[in-house]
Amino acid sequence: MNYEFHWNVVFQKMPELLQGAFVTLHVSVLSMVLGIVIAVFLAIAKMNNKPPFNYMASTWIEIARNTPALFQIYMAYFGLGAFGIHLSPYMAVLCALVFINAGYLAETFRGGFQSIPDAQYNASKSLGMTNFQTYRYIILPQMFRRIYHPMTNQFVWAILMSSLGILVGMNELSGETQRFQSLSFRTLEFFMVTAVLYYIITKFVLLSAALISKRLFRGEI
Amino acid sequence: MIKVQNVRKSFGDLEVLKGIDLEVQKGEVLSVIGGSGSGKSTLLYCINAIEKIQGGKIFVDDIDVHAKATNKDKLRQKLGMVFQQWNSFPHMTVLENVALGPQVVKKIAKEEAIEIARKELEHVGLGDKFDVYPTKMSGGQQQRLAIARALAMKPDYMLFDEVTSALDPELVGEVLDTLRLLREDGMTMICVTHEIAFAREVSDQVAFFNQGVIDEIGRPEQVISNPQKETTQSFLSKVLS
Ligand SMILES: Nc1ncnc2c1ncn2[C@@H]1O[C@H](COP(=O)(O)OP(=O)(O)OP(=O)(O)O)[C@@H](O)[C@H]1O
Ligand SMILES: [Mg+2]
Repeated sequence: MNYEFHWNVVFQKMPELLQGAFVTLHVSVLSMVLGIVIAVFLAIAKMNNKPPFNYMASTWIEIARNTPALFQIYMAYFGLGAFGIHLSPYMAVLCALVFINAGYLAETFRGGFQSIPDAQYNASKSLGMTNFQTYRYIILPQMFRRIYHPMTNQFVWAILMSSLGILVGMNELSGETQRFQSLSFRTLEFFMVTAVLYYIITKFVLLSAALISKRLFRGEI
Repeated sequence: MIKVQNVRKSFGDLEVLKGIDLEVQKGEVLSVIGGSGSGKSTLLYCINAIEKIQGGKIFVDDIDVHAKATNKDKLRQKLGMVFQQWNSFPHMTVLENVALGPQVVKKIAKEEAIEIARKELEHVGLGDKFDVYPTKMSGGQQQRLAIARALAMKPDYMLFDEVTSALDPELVGEVLDTLRLLREDGMTMICVTHEIAFAREVSDQVAFFNQGVIDEIGRPEQVISNPQKETTQSFLSKVLS
């Protein structure tokens, strides 16, 4: 082994790589926020047994959980393209990640909802709270507390999966890395640095999540 | 006034209430006694419309509780309920637990809601627990919290479902004292209870439930001290021995 490392090329491109890392963070944060909102509705729809919403929710959840992320991204980028809907690489990856996040989180949320005793609903209803108020003030806060850790895991997954953006030419961290390594042929150096950047991003996200949870969840459940 | 007229309630094939009739006037206390599974809790859940009924009618202040047009959420503001298993909201402090209803349901300003909550908590002897989380409290304290939470909505009626039966014996007294206090304030109450001595002491009426029907109803000195029906006699001799 006498591979000679050349780090300079990589460091020269650091601003671009950081820009790519920012896009990675951006798309995954957005995919989580939208995924969480949709997942709440999917979980409730699936639990409520009211056709057709429960079937729609189940179908969404089944597809999202049992097909590869790569397939979702291709569907959003090339598949929709065939119907005349042309998404940018960013939008295609975002849509795919939202779709998958929502599907996985819906199942997590459903478990969370079901772990909350009926007594909490009854107590809330007996105060005269509407269904919406019951969810807003009693059920959702407890549900989020219970599924907080699986939810942060999903976040990390979204960050890592956004690297599939490389396949549709998205300018996130992996896409940028791919571009530069093919120009400079310093493949190993670029991907090693990128791996470190991914590691830093996920650690940053996990740490933030832990800090936020300390602020958010004071009481014990 | 709460009026229950020939109420029937089933869970699937199991008929749990088989034609219940009773009336509770303003300011009265009705105690409901009876064996496990006789439908006591179910009656309370039907009165505040948490459970649907299959026959008969229930009126609260002449509002037909189960009529389609009745706003159940609004109706429940009139009816405070405390459950057998204490069920405080674990993600909120004691004070927040009590202030939530007035603030969210009655849209009272936050400061005022908190003021109401303080008063109710002091009333049930939890004046030193405002910022504690309920899971850190004893069962008796949590049950008093549940009472304060219901009272903060200024209900016209209170429904109590065996509020002492999940408590350690030494904590029962403090909760019963709270109920006595309420009675002195003139609160209209329906108490499902296994505390026969307490029922005799505070009630205007006692109803004995047996497998979904009321076998005997009347003044406590009659139903408890001088029961006419054999079923009542054998139930009382079992719980009193
Ligand atoms: N949600 C439900 N679904 C099905 N059956 C139920 C439900 N709730 C109660 N039951 C049944 O209805 C019957 C009456 O129950 P209920 O809780 O009203 O009895 P209870 O008189 O309060 O008894 P206990 O003293 O044990 O609390 C029981 O046979 C019970 O199993
Ligand atoms: Mg019961």
